[in-house]
Amino acid sequence: MKTRDPKPAEPERDVREGPTIRVMATQTLDESEQIEPAAAGEHGSLDFAADEVVFDLQSLSCFYGSFRAVRDISLRVPKNQVTAIIGPSGCGKSTLLRSFNRMNDLVDSARIEGRILYHGVDLYADGVDPVEVRRRIGMVFQKPNPFPKSIYDNVAFGPRVAGYKGNMDELVERSLKRAAIWDEVHDKLREPGTALSGGQQQRLCIARAIAVEPDVILMDEPCSALDPIATLKIEELMRELKQNYTIVIVTHNMQQAARASDFTAFLTMGEDRAGYLVEMAPTQDLFTRPAHRLTEDYITGRFG
Amino acid sequence: MASTPRAQAMTGAEAVRRSIEGGRTDWRSVAFQGFLVLLLVLTLAVLAWLLVVVFVNGVPVLAERGADFLFSPLASRPAEAGVGQAIVGSLYLMLFVALISFPLGIGAAVYLEEYAHDSRFTRLINTIVRNLAGVPSIVYGLLGLAIFVVALADFTGGRSLLSGGLTMAILVLPIVIITSAEALRAVPGAIREAAFGVGATRWEVVRSHVLPYAAPGIFTGTILSMARAFGETAPLILVGAVVGGFNVEYDNILGTLQGRYTALPTTVYDWARKPPSFSGNVYAAIVVLIVVLLLVNALAIYLRNRFERRW
Repeated sequence: MKTRDPKPAEPERDVREGPTIRVMATQTLDESEQIEPAAAGEHGSLDFAADEVVFDLQSLSCFYGSFRAVRDISLRVPKNQVTAIIGPSGCGKSTLLRSFNRMNDLVDSARIEGRILYHGVDLYADGVDPVEVRRRIGMVFQKPNPFPKSIYDNVAFGPRVAGYKGNMDELVERSLKRAAIWDEVHDKLREPGTALSGGQQQRLCIARAIAVEPDVILMDEPCSALDPIATLKIEELMRELKQNYTIVIVTHNMQQAARASDFTAFLTMGEDRAGYLVEMAPTQDLFTRPAHRLTEDYITGRFG
Repeated sequence: MASTPRAQAMTGAEAVRRSIEGGRTDWRSVAFQGFLVLLLVLTLAVLAWLLVVVFVNGVPVLAERGADFLFSPLASRPAEAGVGQAIVGSLYLMLFVALISFPLGIGAAVYLEEYAHDSRFTRLINTIVRNLAGVPSIVYGLLGLAIFVVALADFTGGRSLLSGGLTMAILVLPIVIITSAEALRAVPGAIREAAFGVGATRWEVVRSHVLPYAAPGIFTGTILSMARAFGETAPLILVGAVVGGFNVEYDNILGTLQGRYTALPTTVYDWARKPPSFSGNVYAAIVVLIVVLLLVNALAIYLRNRFERRW
């Protein structure tokens, strides 16, 4: 059936689950019945070992009022990997990402159905404190949004509100170094973060996210406002950061997903404008041997 | 017909030049512009005329009386009457506005913008606040008369400085809420998200980011609302600013608060009804009033420019 030569352009990357594990989402366009959590593993989720799974989405739907923005997504996000979420504009990628750290709670009309398990714990269960969730699951936004304060205070704000008792100077330095921006700002920590260039601001925002020592970093199109050189720097940074963090990145840039991620989830939207998962696979596979026609059309630029 | 290509190019360029060079003057456009300028001049002329009359008549009196005019109490003879009590009374009123309406107004704005969920009730409250800002000040005067002067007479002492101050505070409250809410809304959502994103609580987001960044705008708005309170006359007449000579020693705070008072605009109003011998005093008092208002507005503009933030 496939007409394209499946030969990989480069040797298979080190994907621990092997190159061919891929499950196509059994997505139907009609109203899907509630899927039992136990069965969710079959839906678009790769078969990771239980302790390797950071997020386990089970039939997740996101709503704004009566509008369903994301429909019935089940997928798993593996630990210490970069997972990219790609798809056409408006398919709910950002909404999906913002449900991972309960950022959508800030929108009055937003609510979810289904479950998001974070290390096995339901993020939306009663008694879960969204503030604590966001401390563990940090976020970098589409447009660099440093506080109009000094570079130092930008990084130190998170640890301060978290009640960090250690040496703040060291923490700020360590965070800036990990975000690969220390060399550029070490002599101007008291200057406003807003005076930096766009790429520097975004790395400062990454340093700010790192400073609270989270477990996961969510990135919502972090390079869309940056030039190609700054973009490459951020991508390099993501590869380094995944040693210590699990990274989920939303991007509308397929090359970026291909370059920087280990796994890719492709979303598109149905006729009701609700985004749904088409497939999730090791990035290498998804881009060379997409299992689904919609994916192939999208990554070859015939659609979207 | 036998022109060279070069000559053809020349005529081509000539044609282009002719077509892009302006033809007739568009008289309608000129007339409209002239009309607009005329409107502007008329508007400014009225204002300028007003200011010239006030200053020409007022400055000589000020120059002649000097500090004496600024510090003398009200009196029945124009040569002795001054605006001393009026200035102190107006300052007290501004103090009331600052102490009562700022915390209430800024607090209400923070609640409406940062905490309240977007519900029909919230939208109703917002609409009400906006409409209250447009209610004529005399209505607030009646409200003050009914509540502070009559109903709460035991507490306020009737037609007292306290009644006037509370009325003024309520008068400017909607303005304080609206301007503060606008300043808060000007803080980009991305900043709030950034702070929430590192695990700040709503209180920490508001305290460490939203309020500090909105502060210049809030200050500007509140200062302008103080200027409004400084210039209001109508409600004060209802809630008992004295319009005749009276004797008050501003030494006992409680006595002062429950005692009689006057304010600068009220004094102007009173003198304007007196015999023509007072007209010099009227103009001089107006000059004082205008100068104070200009200073307050200038301060607001300075603060806005000094701390204005671009996002």
